[in-house]
Amino acid sequence: MGKVLVGNHIRKLRFNHNEMTQQQLADKVGVTRQTIVALEKGNYSPSLELAFRIAHAFSLTLEEVFFYGENSKER
Amino acid sequence: MTYQEKKSIVSLISSILIFAAYSLYRYPQRPEGALDSKEMFHYWGSFVLVLTLVSIAAHIVISIIFNIVFRMTTGEKEPTFADELDKRIDLLAFRNSFAVFVIGFLLAMGSLVIDQPSKVMFIVLIVSGFLSDVTGSLSRLYHYRRGV
Repeated sequence: MGKVLVGNHIRKLRFNHNEMTQQQLADKVGVTRQTIVALEKGNYSPSLELAFRIAHAFSLTLEEVFFYGENSKER
Repeated sequence: MTYQEKKSIVSLISSILIFAAYSLYRYPQRPEGALDSKEMFHYWGSFVLVLTLVSIAAHIVISIIFNIVFRMTTGEKEPTFADELDKRIDLLAFRNSFAVFVIGFLLAMGSLVIDQPSKVMFIVLIVSGFLSDVTGSLSRLYHYRRGV
């Protein structure tokens, strides 16, 4: 299986937003908690639409939430 | 472990138990005598049909019980919709499951080509149906745990 090259700062951002839970973020962007878990672990690259919805949930731009590179684990 | 991972495990275990229990109950009832008699075709036809119905009914009941137990033990509500990750994993699981069944189907046809009794063809078809179901559940579990 190819390594996921799209990383994200979702875990850090959740804690910076009043310690938002995975379930709260999932409800906000319309996915299940499993999907947020997979995203945070770097096991799944979201669709462009979901990536935008997550960025909007944190009132940030796409680049501030997601990054692309060899090392997709959270920096 | 999340709801989807637990559900995949429950589905896997229930598939194995249902198939094993049903086969142990029905297989000894197979007709003796002519290998390709009308009676034998009737037996294998009913074996497959009843197994399909029993399996669907049992999966529904087990799924309801699982949801109740999940709510009671975790205090969480189960997801009521499938999101993009669920749909993608479903597609991957279906692809693997379908591949296993097609291989089984070809083996079943191959058994007829090499002049095996039709009983062998039915057994290979039924086992491949079971293995494809197991493959689907295992694929779901794998992708929910390891990602896509």
